[in-house]
Amino acid sequence: MLKVTDLNVFYGPIHALKGISLEVSDGEIVTLIGSNGAGKSTTLNSITGLVKVSSGKVELDGKDITNLASHKIVEMGISLSPEGREVFPALSVEENLRLGAYTRQDKGEISANFDRVYELFPRLKERIKQAAGTLSGGEQQMLAIGRSLMSSPRILLLDEPSMGLAPNLVLMIFDLIVSINKQGTTILLIEQNANMALSIASHAYVLETGNISLSGKASDLAKDDRVRRAYLGG
Amino acid sequence: MAYALVAVGYSLVFGILRLINFAHGSIFAFGSYMVFLFYSLGVPMIPAILIALVLSGLLAFGMDKITLEPLRKKNSETITYLITTVGVSFIIQNTLSVQYVFTSERQVFPSTNVFPPISIGNVTIQSSQLIMFVVALILLVILTLVVNKTKMGLAMRATEQNSKAAKLMGVNVNRVIAFTFFMGGASAAIAGALYSGYYQVVYPTMGYLIGLKAFAAAVVGGIGILYGSVVGGLVVGIGECLAAQYIGSNVRDPMAFVILIVILIIKPNGLFGKKGITKV
Repeated sequence: MLKVTDLNVFYGPIHALKGISLEVSDGEIVTLIGSNGAGKSTTLNSITGLVKVSSGKVELDGKDITNLASHKIVEMGISLSPEGREVFPALSVEENLRLGAYTRQDKGEISANFDRVYELFPRLKERIKQAAGTLSGGEQQMLAIGRSLMSSPRILLLDEPSMGLAPNLVLMIFDLIVSINKQGTTILLIEQNANMALSIASHAYVLETGNISLSGKASDLAKDDRVRRAYLGG
Repeated sequence: MAYALVAVGYSLVFGILRLINFAHGSIFAFGSYMVFLFYSLGVPMIPAILIALVLSGLLAFGMDKITLEPLRKKNSETITYLITTVGVSFIIQNTLSVQYVFTSERQVFPSTNVFPPISIGNVTIQSSQLIMFVVALILLVILTLVVNKTKMGLAMRATEQNSKAAKLMGVNVNRVIAFTFFMGGASAAIAGALYSGYYQVVYPTMGYLIGLKAFAAAVVGGIGILYGSVVGGLVVGIGECLAAQYIGSNVRDPMAFVILIVILIIKPNGLFGKKGITKV
């Protein structure tokens, strides 16, 4: 479904991604793990057109979408819930969600998406009129994920959804990711919490300073010694 | 009231882009010239204003497309945008003084005193003043509705708060910005026409001083807040009149800036300015 081939990205003189390739198939949860500065966010940002790709290819269902404008990529069915949530702080929860559905024209579809998000995150429904900036960190994360679901994406990219959250909330967010996936949305998940990510994903890639150093079935990687030592604490 | 009209345009663009469009005063003059031009060609006043409104909107839109959008692509510093708008301002101003097309001389602009002055006690209000006041309020209401009630307005507010996240929502940020400039330019044209109608004069540099004063008015009211700009415009306008009346007409022009400095010392965000949101 989503295929990235030999992607190279530069930030000025810094070679951030050194020819990475990865693939996400329909209906899967795929995770990309790695330490700070490995290029995880850069990968997602280049898929969504926020960062300019120097060479390589991003394809969605065989269609070349490399370096398309971000708003076109959203229209085609790729949605990103960015690192650090990036909700619109002065807008209400409802307005944030309405922006998520910006590319959708069909009123029925939009209201169905509202229902879906409120069902997944009942907490958001209680806070419809509240400014997003006044929500707690966990609620903001829910809003960021909910907002990215409003565009009816076929593939959802999640950048560090567990960052800065209390352990019980982390569990809850991961549960929700699994249920979103069961409802038919393909997921590419970026995480520092490698343990959790590997436990819900089917495939995994390990990113190290701009290169994919390992890849395979998530359950195999979870047992791999190198991965255990570097990312799973033993 | 003229300040209020121009200040609203500053505020609109600043509210969305956090950018002060220093070409606004020149677009104001351009709008007035366009009305003058079409009116002299025999087009009636109202259609002439409408044509000028569209042309000025397009001028502001074109300025953004040609000079500012390339800067956004390169993620330039804010100061670069600022200097660019100053440059564009002079280009417009000088184009308006080109011989054979226009002239740098002051020319007589048709009056917008369409009905006789109204007297209340010993105060007389010219109809052109009244029209300016009513139009400023209508413009304020329309712009406020656009920003707060439409899908485009929602995209504008989102772009202002976080343009990267707005892109991720599928908002075409460049289009939103271009639309904002168009509206700013169109409002400048209305202001230009009414200002010229009141003073019955049009000249290339007419936007210079009023542009600066309206900018002061926008900051006094809390720049980025539309109704604040209207109030700021009134405060500056009335302050000037009182100063001219009781101190002397030579203090009229500095008055706007005296008010600006005093208000900023008391309320650094302007009369209606919002403080930054602390919790994110």
